[in-house]
Amino acid sequence: MAGTAVRRRLTWQLGTVGSLTDETAAVRTIALDVPDWPGHRAGQHLDVRLTAEDGYRAERSYSIASAPGEPVEITVERLGDGEVSPYLTEELRAGDQLELRGPIGGYFVWDPADGGPLMLLAGGSGIVPLRAILRHRERTGSAVPVRLLYSSRSWEDVIYRDELDALGDGVEVIHTLTRRQPPGWTGYARRVDTHMLAEVAWPAGQAPLAYACGPTSFVEAVAGGLVGLGYPPQRVKTERFGATGDR
Amino acid sequence: MSPVSRGFHGRRREAPAGRVPPGQYVTEDFPVLSAGPTPHTALANWTFSIAGGGVSKSWTWDEFRALPTDDVTVDIHCVTRWSKLDTHWQGVSLDTLLDQVEHDGEYVLPFCDGGYTTNLPIADVTGGQAWVAFGYEGEPLDPEHGGPARLLVPHLYFWKSAKWVRGLRLSETDEPGFWETYGYHMYGDPWREQRYAGD
Repeated sequence: MAGTAVRRRLTWQLGTVGSLTDETAAVRTIALDVPDWPGHRAGQHLDVRLTAEDGYRAERSYSIASAPGEPVEITVERLGDGEVSPYLTEELRAGDQLELRGPIGGYFVWDPADGGPLMLLAGGSGIVPLRAILRHRERTGSAVPVRLLYSSRSWEDVIYRDELDALGDGVEVIHTLTRRQPPGWTGYARRVDTHMLAEVAWPAGQAPLAYACGPTSFVEAVAGGLVGLGYPPQRVKTERFGATGDR
Repeated sequence: MSPVSRGFHGRRREAPAGRVPPGQYVTEDFPVLSAGPTPHTALANWTFSIAGGGVSKSWTWDEFRALPTDDVTVDIHCVTRWSKLDTHWQGVSLDTLLDQVEHDGEYVLPFCDGGYTTNLPIADVTGGQAWVAFGYEGEPLDPEHGGPARLLVPHLYFWKSAKWVRGLRLSETDEPGFWETYGYHMYGDPWREQRYAGD
């Protein structure tokens, strides 16, 4: 599990908010112009720091939604009892300044040289770092085949829906809608379980590389399920967010 | 000097004075953060070992559970910014384990099922500061929280409290563990906000 990341000091820097894109009713993508951004890898995250007039501060981490080489984007889900996510999704305007530092993390990352086939598994906003991986694959012209199993509550809650629809050859997107399905829906309509994984996931014999990101219960189920299907644990990289988060 | 975030007021919470390190917020949940699948090692196959520097000592689960245990109530602080106050644990003090070997190591590298590792100074895991915990809130420790046993070093960020711990490697030098290799701080003191290298 040795890494090769260069250890360097992470300094706070200012980004300027560019476009704001509503992905769903509760999810917004924020594009940032960060003049001194050192570059990032697909799957990394960054820290955001907010400061109130009296000096009170709040910090949170967010996955980077854009591919290496693209302007920095984060995609934020508003949590009702959150402190930072309501600000980022409701108050923040184009032209505002946002303090951030990163990139952070170097394990949950993918480069074309890591190969595949890629088995991506997303629960809700866990799609964000996987979107960076998908974009990185497209931008680099990688031919690594990808399957994405994406669990959302409803069709309206699917983040990046049009972008995922438009992905090119070599990427299969399989949705499951756990709470509500549109009329005529013929896809999966339940939480991811072992049976679904067995139908959808690359066979272990093809030496797939898996990335699972989402709420703890989702990641526990899919990571354990893949190991049960014969995936070596070290080929299943995970990123969990807590029970209710609190971002 | 940070610029003021226009329109940000924060949602400050009541927290007991002196209990919550800078940049942290109190949560009632117990979030789970792990880099891979949760391992499930049968207790019959479980051992705890101390190795390195000419030392080699191992306990089976039954031998380990026959050692004296402590009940501890501590606050824990995750680098992802949640803190959880007054958590109750049951475990074997690392003093008890290290007392059974002759060693002059300066650092320990816990090793774990799943391949995780992290680095700690011996001075931070002795003197009643660290445990191999197997019980949480009166129950056996859940696998997703590190069961059957995890390290508990509450005065450092919680990534130092390695889940699924199976032993300690003694070392003369401070070698980075898993997250430290990816840019996290070598020591990780929450009160000095040592989140990343250079903090």
